[in-house]
Amino acid sequence: MATAVWEQPRRRNIFARPTATTGWYSWVTTVDHKKIGILYGVTAFVFFLLGGLEALALRTQLATPDADVLSADLYNQFFTMHGITMIFLVVMPMGVAFFNYFVPLMIGARDVAFPRLNALSYWIFLFGGIFIYSSFLLGGAPDGGWFGYAPLSTKLPTDGMDFYAVGLQFLGIASLAGAVNFIVTILNMRAPGMTLMRMPVFIWMALVVSFLLLFAMPVIAVALFELMFDRLFGTNFFQVAAGGDPVLWQHLFWLFGHPEVYILILPAMGIVSEVLPTFSRKPLFGYAAVVFAGAAIGFMGWGVWAHHMFAVGLGPVANAAFALSTMFIAVPTGVKIFNWIGTMWGGSLRFNTSMLFSVGFVAMFIIGGLSGVSHSIVPHDAQQTDTYYVVAHFHYVLFGGALFGIMSGLYYWWPKIFGHRLGEGLGKLNFWLWFIGFNLTFGPMHIVGLQGMPRRIYTYPDGMGWNLWNLMETVGAFVIAVSTLVFLVNVAVSRRKGRYEAGADPWDARTLEWSIPSPPPEYNFAEIPVITHRDDFWHKKYFVGPGKTAEPVFSGGAAEAEHEAEHHIHMPSPSYFPVIAAFGLLVAAYAVIFGLPAVAIGLLITTLGFFGWVFEPGAAE
Amino acid sequence: MGAGEVPGEGGRAARAGGGVTGAREVRAQGAEISAPALGMILFIASEVMFFAGLFGAYFTIRGGATGWPPAGTAELEIWIPAAATVLLMVSSVTMHAAAEAAGHGRDAATARWLLITIALGALFLGGQAFEYSQLDFTVSDHSYGTLFYSMTGFHALHVFAGLVMLGLVWIKTSRGHLSHGRSGPVVAAGLYWHFVDVVWILLFATLYLLR
Amino acid sequence: MELFRGLKARGRRFLLGVLAASFALFGSACETNVGPQDFLTPEGPVARRADGLWDVTFAIAVVIFVVVEAVLVFTLVKFRRRPGREAAQFHGNTKLEVILTLIPTLILAGLAVPTVKAIADLSKKSEGALDVTVTAKQFWWEYKYPDAGVVTANEMHVPTRTPIFLSLESTDVIHSFWIPDLTGTQDVIPGRTNNMQFIADEPGTYWGQCKEYCGLSHANMRLRVIAHEPAEFERWLQDQSQPAANATSGAAAEGQQIFLQTCVNCHAVQGTEAKGTIGPDLTHFASRETFAGATFANTTENLRKWVDHPAAIKPGAPMPDYGLSAQEIDAVVAYLQTLE
Repeated sequence: MATAVWEQPRRRNIFARPTATTGWYSWVTTVDHKKIGILYGVTAFVFFLLGGLEALALRTQLATPDADVLSADLYNQFFTMHGITMIFLVVMPMGVAFFNYFVPLMIGARDVAFPRLNALSYWIFLFGGIFIYSSFLLGGAPDGGWFGYAPLSTKLPTDGMDFYAVGLQFLGIASLAGAVNFIVTILNMRAPGMTLMRMPVFIWMALVVSFLLLFAMPVIAVALFELMFDRLFGTNFFQVAAGGDPVLWQHLFWLFGHPEVYILILPAMGIVSEVLPTFSRKPLFGYAAVVFAGAAIGFMGWGVWAHHMFAVGLGPVANAAFALSTMFIAVPTGVKIFNWIGTMWGGSLRFNTSMLFSVGFVAMFIIGGLSGVSHSIVPHDAQQTDTYYVVAHFHYVLFGGALFGIMSGLYYWWPKIFGHRLGEGLGKLNFWLWFIGFNLTFGPMHIVGLQGMPRRIYTYPDGMGWNLWNLMETVGAFVIAVSTLVFLVNVAVSRRKGRYEAGADPWDARTLEWSIPSPPPEYNFAEIPVITHRDDFWHKKYFVGPGKTAEPVFSGGAAEAEHEAEHHIHMPSPSYFPVIAAFGLLVAAYAVIFGLPAVAIGLLITTLGFFGWVFEPGAAE
Repeated sequence: MGAGEVPGEGGRAARAGGGVTGAREVRAQGAEISAPALGMILFIASEVMFFAGLFGAYFTIRGGATGWPPAGTAELEIWIPAAATVLLMVSSVTMHAAAEAAGHGRDAATARWLLITIALGALFLGGQAFEYSQLDFTVSDHSYGTLFYSMTGFHALHVFAGLVMLGLVWIKTSRGHLSHGRSGPVVAAGLYWHFVDVVWILLFATLYLLR
Repeated sequence: MELFRGLKARGRRFLLGVLAASFALFGSACETNVGPQDFLTPEGPVARRADGLWDVTFAIAVVIFVVVEAVLVFTLVKFRRRPGREAAQFHGNTKLEVILTLIPTLILAGLAVPTVKAIADLSKKSEGALDVTVTAKQFWWEYKYPDAGVVTANEMHVPTRTPIFLSLESTDVIHSFWIPDLTGTQDVIPGRTNNMQFIADEPGTYWGQCKEYCGLSHANMRLRVIAHEPAEFERWLQDQSQPAANATSGAAAEGQQIFLQTCVNCHAVQGTEAKGTIGPDLTHFASRETFAGATFANTTENLRKWVDHPAAIKPGAPMPDYGLSAQEIDAVVAYLQTLE
């Protein structure tokens, strides 16, 4: 390892950088994008389990009419927290986990542009999640819905919505810092020869998502500040009596909220666009179209927000305009589906677990896409809005889409991250239970929605024709829970030494990350590769023969041998200061709710953290 | 930032993977703009959206209001904020001078211009604090007060953040950390300062001039 | 591993079974959907217009779904890895890609035309419409008939075959008014007046409920629309515009006494000194089938529970618990039941 160069005698200096590379301390001070990626992934998975438990509680309450499992109060907290958790603490950070680990590896870089800023993002995310969850112990969790519509959200009596307003701000800082970091990394640190149109689609999606975050997070920041001020300082943004306007919240929220949907789904689309070519043994069909469709979605995503507000009464002209934009954003999405099927067409398909999840993604996303188009039929949207039909729709997009993609990515990249594969037998059981459980849970929601069951109700009377479907949904939710357990067992079992040992390139894959050892060394690339093709690593292994089939290149090509150069590679040293700065913000966040003057203490800690950050030496010396 | 061949973190990012001693030098794809400057441009783009959100809120609420300012609230006095505006605009000029000096490696001049900029920014904040003390409405009286204080307040926070940023850059310049043409942080802080200045001009026009 | 290999064959059969069963269930559901809030069975022209658009959209969606999923499954089967199978190395097919982009664009353009037309048509107010003002409050509905001066709650009575023009207002948070069989949703937002219109073809009771999350008892903010033949509706309106008679004897008289000391703070009963406007007007309370946001049937048993401790059966209900004794509760209930 490259540690040799770090272990020079240290001066006693409060700015001296920490040097540990193993043990828990190394995780706290790490600035290595790979370790941070793992931290993001593990943390997001823990939150996934929490959000899943909330979902099980909700489904148990709704399994039968007039049930008494959860009180109305607890139900409202749980459905709010389920949404916040799955969106902000699971799907978003899972995408960031993959970005962190694989953006540098796939563009041929040794780290991200700002490693310490990257560490800061993670700690803010972790503390933000803990902050929001601590509300359960401090008088009640947020209970105004993840959408927090004013003026209700300004009037709810517990501190829950304060935790919501402050906590989401907090997480927003992490997203913003991450977005800046990834954009600069992707634009500035690509290996020589990796032009934009040679970048893997996953990198393109990371770029689009980062730009969406960059522009969307500040919009919700404005909304959240206004909510926080209305609640804590008696301002009048949403108070009609004093000249405020409750609809302002909805405009700001959905101007963020719809790009947010694409922030959630595009990383999964990027993953699927890497997995399908690998297991079809074919290049991606219509690379340019997939990239362009992703970018088009990124742009058009800004022009559809009011389709969440068809029932607000914006008037027929606005409703018609947003109906049209909503319809036509389906076109680039459809293009992607065709291209994925085109990628598999003519291939030689290997159905590993990772491939199954990607195929599942395509199959399920079609349903979510079609039901999405039906929302743009405004007169009928007035019927289906706020019913379970909508719940079904966005779970087909965010579970059938984003989560299937994330699972696919986990199975695909697991060997690269940990040096061993996940078991295929348990993996397939995992997939099929997941697939069946998913459809059993969310399929019937379409029907029960059309039968007029509204969302966000903690109970419903008998005799509405909803009983059977609700019971089925609850059974399905538990099947998903079992599937998740199977995944955890698979993770534990696969860890056994030597069982599923994987080399550098277990899938015979196409992109740069597979050209280096598994797990990758601290410095990633002993020698920065020079890129000559899209899917450059594949082109080092194969060439296209006369019959349009792949012929192996016999001279070398496989995983690069270790180079002597490694002893001369300096990597950024670990740092204490990101975690200190993030901790200061956590103190400030609690202070906003429980004792305003203490905000100064938190900001002082953060400022000291940044001070140390700026003045610490560039490497351990 | 700091010594050593470190990938990422500051100007060094321009080389993919930083210094690979013993390996052939490779130049990364892209990388025409230094990482701190690009990072700052992106951050400012995001800040533009933040203020766009605030302006959006302002015009949404003002558009639906019956009287602006509401009956019983006097129009804002214009002279103090106008003077403050001039201060801030001058500070943009001095900031530009600092960045120029840094570009030519004239450390002493850079430090001096930075200090003048900081002083002008601090004066601006003082002027705003004085104006607040003179007003006869509060943030919770009506949506007019809410918008006035939150928009000018958020801007003041940005001025303050800019002052902290300039302060750090000033310390680094005085200590000679930024010599030898490493003007990236000065340029980046300057970009931010100009942005804060431009936002103020828009705010001044919207809140004080657009009657 | 042996276990999973065995599962494969059986798994496939099992999957087929699940698929068949779910289709059967879906089929039966379509046949037997008799839920009172179902919007696939419209009972008026406004809801029917939306339903017509839905039918077209759904049919197109089903066709696209079947075609695309079939192509997908075909691809998976046909191009699975087999000995001797080599993947063909091609990067795309521009002509095919252009065609496959144009097809959905054209389909969507085709859907857009009737949608925009329906949006425009449905936003117009009809001639000779009956005006009703709806005020949403946590967690119940107040209806005013401005021309007749009648105020009632939760159950809206309307004449059939007559356009009903609603003006929707809220005094606290955002609610959303919805009667699926007659018309879609319209949000009810503090500080603004929204409008919607519907027509009921046949006499009957139509169910709906608040659709925008509005707090603890959002689930218990339901409503009914009761449509009568026009002549019968006029009679109903006539009855409702009469003041309540004083209770003269027995438990009801005692109940009126208690009512005028406690309930009077929030409730109105025309013809008495009760003029409260916070809670529902109870002048003709006994003529209603349900109460408390159309959540409970108007029975003696339910009323007793409600008056005793409202928040116990309807979480977050703003009506206070006055700590009345069992006897006092009986008296109040008896009084309420005289308010025909």
